[in-house]
Amino acid sequence: MDQPRTPMVFKSPVIDQVGVVERAKRFTSRSIKSEAKMRGLEMVLSMIDLTTLEGMDTEGKVKQLCYKAQHLHDSIEGLPNVAAVCVYPNYVGLAKRSLAGSGIKVASVATAFPSGNSSLEIKLADVSMAVSEGADEIDMVISRGRFHRGDYNFVFDEIAAVKAACGEARLKTILETGELGTLDKVRLASDIAISAGADFIKTSTGKIQPAATMPVTLVMLEAIRDHFQKTGLMVGMKPAGGISKSKLALHYLIMVKETLGDDWLDPKWFRFGASSLANDVLMQIAKQQTGAYQAANYFAID
Amino acid sequence: MEESNKNSSKSERLEVLKTYKMYIDGKFPRTESARYYQPMVNGLSLGNVCLASRKDVRNAVVAARSAQAAWARRTAYNRAQILYRIGEMLEGRSQQFLDELVRQGVDKETAEKQVAESIDRLIYYAGWCDKYQQLFSSVNPVASSHFNFSTLEPVGVVFTVASRTCPLLGLVSLIAPVIASGNTCVVLASETCPLSAITFAEVLATSDVPGGVVNILTGRIEELTEHFSRHLDVNAIACDRLDSEVNTKIKEFAAENIKRVKTYHQDWSTDAAASPYFIQDFCEVKTTWHPIEQITESGASY
Amino acid sequence: MTRKNSKWDLSPAPEGTGHISLKEHYGVFINGEFQTPDHGNRFQSINPATGEVLAEITESSSQEVEQAVAAARAAYDGEWSKMGGRERGKYLYRLARMVQERSREFAVIESLDGGKPIRESRDVDVPLAAAHLFYYAGWADKLNYAFPNRIPRAIGVAGQVIPWNFPLLMAAWKIAPALATGNTVVLKPAETTSLTALKLAELIQEAGFPPGVVNIVTGHGDVGAAIVNHEDVDKVAFTGSTEVGKLIQKSIAGTNKRCTLELGGKAANIVFDDAAIDQAVEGIVNGIYFNQGHVCCAGSRLFVQESIHDELIEKLKHRMGTLIVGDPLDKNTDVGAINSQQQLSTIEQYIEVGKQEGAEFYQTDCDLPSDGFWCRPTLFTDVAQSNRIAQEEIFGPVLAVQTFRTVAEVIKKANNTPYGLSAGVWTDKGSKIFNMTSQMKAGVVWANTYNLFDPTSPFGGFKESGFGREGGLHGLSAYLDF
Repeated sequence: MDQPRTPMVFKSPVIDQVGVVERAKRFTSRSIKSEAKMRGLEMVLSMIDLTTLEGMDTEGKVKQLCYKAQHLHDSIEGLPNVAAVCVYPNYVGLAKRSLAGSGIKVASVATAFPSGNSSLEIKLADVSMAVSEGADEIDMVISRGRFHRGDYNFVFDEIAAVKAACGEARLKTILETGELGTLDKVRLASDIAISAGADFIKTSTGKIQPAATMPVTLVMLEAIRDHFQKTGLMVGMKPAGGISKSKLALHYLIMVKETLGDDWLDPKWFRFGASSLANDVLMQIAKQQTGAYQAANYFAID
Repeated sequence: MEESNKNSSKSERLEVLKTYKMYIDGKFPRTESARYYQPMVNGLSLGNVCLASRKDVRNAVVAARSAQAAWARRTAYNRAQILYRIGEMLEGRSQQFLDELVRQGVDKETAEKQVAESIDRLIYYAGWCDKYQQLFSSVNPVASSHFNFSTLEPVGVVFTVASRTCPLLGLVSLIAPVIASGNTCVVLASETCPLSAITFAEVLATSDVPGGVVNILTGRIEELTEHFSRHLDVNAIACDRLDSEVNTKIKEFAAENIKRVKTYHQDWSTDAAASPYFIQDFCEVKTTWHPIEQITESGASY
Repeated sequence: MTRKNSKWDLSPAPEGTGHISLKEHYGVFINGEFQTPDHGNRFQSINPATGEVLAEITESSSQEVEQAVAAARAAYDGEWSKMGGRERGKYLYRLARMVQERSREFAVIESLDGGKPIRESRDVDVPLAAAHLFYYAGWADKLNYAFPNRIPRAIGVAGQVIPWNFPLLMAAWKIAPALATGNTVVLKPAETTSLTALKLAELIQEAGFPPGVVNIVTGHGDVGAAIVNHEDVDKVAFTGSTEVGKLIQKSIAGTNKRCTLELGGKAANIVFDDAAIDQAVEGIVNGIYFNQGHVCCAGSRLFVQESIHDELIEKLKHRMGTLIVGDPLDKNTDVGAINSQQQLSTIEQYIEVGKQEGAEFYQTDCDLPSDGFWCRPTLFTDVAQSNRIAQEEIFGPVLAVQTFRTVAEVIKKANNTPYGLSAGVWTDKGSKIFNMTSQMKAGVVWANTYNLFDPTSPFGGFKESGFGREGGLHGLSAYLDF
């Protein structure tokens, strides 16, 4: 643990926090009406990772969530499926079986989620277990303690090692931005994760406040854009935690559209880590279809 | 039959008496001590009024402290709008204040003047919120290559002992300048005429003033002096003239954590009783040094 | 009018116009009343986004100017100059509150009449106008504190002539400090954008101001000249072109009139290689495409340190591609209509000049509506300081980009202009910011931001950008004698 501090190999652009907040706010002044709203809501739904990450998770809970993922609201026809169901590694097999044939991915948190405080061996074993159980996606956490010590190479190497252990599974790297302190650090961590091979960068575990915010997400999207402009390679983005309302989710999509372009408006490249969001979107869709404001009791909770 | 019934019910209608409670953290609790007193005017009781205890002081200071940072962070313009709003609400309820002042023994003409003057005083300090800084701040021409400037900052939590004899105008004249700069306060109302203070709390509660910014206690100064003067989380004390014995005690206790103590001997009805200097009294001066790079047209001096 | 064939297009989101009340014809506002002069001379105020006529406006004659000045004088000599500051302030507070209450109506009319996006009129023009009124209302009874050891006195009748780029906001900038200090006003809005000033007159009437305290006469430049040159006007305040400013200064040279001028600009917006680049791009866009570039302090000369030029221009073009040009009333519009046919011609001429001078021309590929006056966000790179498009005020969405190498060089070039209204500096290094702000010959320097305005912050120019300041404590002295 007491290795000498490694030299800084990443030079990230500086970020002006005030400017980022202003820009993020501007996305929220976009007005999304009628057709655009309907189309946007469907997109949001298709990008949701339904998640259960509780200490008291049980087989029953995971099965219920998987059922919900495939039957969001059967009385509305033509709804898309959510993108994935996200569980702890020991429920990957169950989730995989429950979702068989649905096309819905199974994502698993790993690497000593949510703190990330363990040895590399154990983290890799955690990943291997999830992958061998059939996980399509791995959501890892970076070592924030080492990051704050300035051990950027350690953080990089760890991500690269996890990526190697993922095999075919796509790697989402959680920066836990609520613990990083500044937007400059968010940008630096994004650049490290992207260059170490992350397929997705993700804001938060959902266990720390603040979780996803628009300014933080914007900084990460800009890192993805700059990487794309330099290399032509796409990286995905997943804000997680704190997005529970449709209107906010639509503003995130506007931010993606205007920062990265339409290519990222796809579950392959953009996800919402949110569970309560789904029902709010469903209520909005029902409202658009029927013209009547909806009540929560008409939408199943799982 | 019906006619006489109506009449009799009208003549027998019993007035609903108001319970006078205190104002802490935006709510109206009774004193935790469950004690009360009955202020008398011309041999008639004004009603049951809470007799604040040591613990009420503690609770009010906690409320003021937790509201302070957010109140100070608001823009000066926003604080101005809120002070103006208090004035608007007071204007709308001026008849109630008039009646209460008269009940508390103030003659009608003076009461009318006091109410009008109180409204105007709020408007006056609303105007100062975004102006006093330009009067009292400075750019300091230091003899080195630094940009050096001094600005005013609120001192924090101010305990305010309101006028005993000028129950509305004296109260408003101390609260308004204290909160204008971003301080929060705990106010001890006039012991003998506490009704105006409590009704003013109802105005505050409906004027967009965040809970905790102004907290109003009723009770006896002698019982509470030690508790607020020694309280380490109180930064300053503003008091209207007091018995010299109490005043000396306050100053002695205040020395325990170097509280700023201001004692006023104003006739609150005069113009001299309102000025930006009342705001300055509860501000700290903060000076910032910042380097100025010296690369000029005449060539680099680095 | 966003990019064609995109995966997810925004649907139209027009702000409703149902609650707007506009008269077919507006008289002039004199002595607290709207009056229709017998001569019946009128002109049309049109919606620059459609060409549709919104209302007919009175072309004032010298007689209306006479009446307006006489009313202002009578109001000054009568009630207004004797009224205490506190009561004067309360009138202005009333007006501020009424503007806040009617903000939606004002925003829609401003966008209809002037072509600016509703997002700007709603979020910038109208709230800022209300804030100015509110701010100066507060000064009315505090003037003694602003000028220690002096005795501030009102000047008398202020003649105010305002431009078409921020019609309501400029009216508020002019009226608020004038009234707070105890003067009375004759104001002339620009001929293409008179409507919100006339709506403001309705509120002044409703607020119960004494008659004659504010008088609004409409018409073209000669009406403005008649106000400025009226012998009973004690103070002239003008916002507009440097060309007209010079005429005004000359024409009142033989009088004792007090004068403030807020004129043109050709601001340098300077980006260093250590700047937060994405936020700088945002500031560049905001600096030049805000209000279609109809902004005297627009950041129309962009200086980019050469080492980041290509990266920055690529990012800038990407961001420009997301700007939605079109219906000013659509809540998603970023760039609205050019204010008038005349202004559009001027801009188009300059674009031709830029091309002929050999600068590299770039415009976004967005669709434009068929009617009305439009100009796509425009960029010229490879520009030299000696290009006309880098020297002259275009007053449109046209940015001229030059590169530089050193701090000393960019300071020289930035100051190498007769104008001196504003400047922008983008760098992560604080000490460099203060070096730049101390060297720039400009009345306002924005660091890591651009085009911000606040009632508490003085605004005005150096050199040929005019003299006097509006806003803040400094804005009071223009309306006071000592």
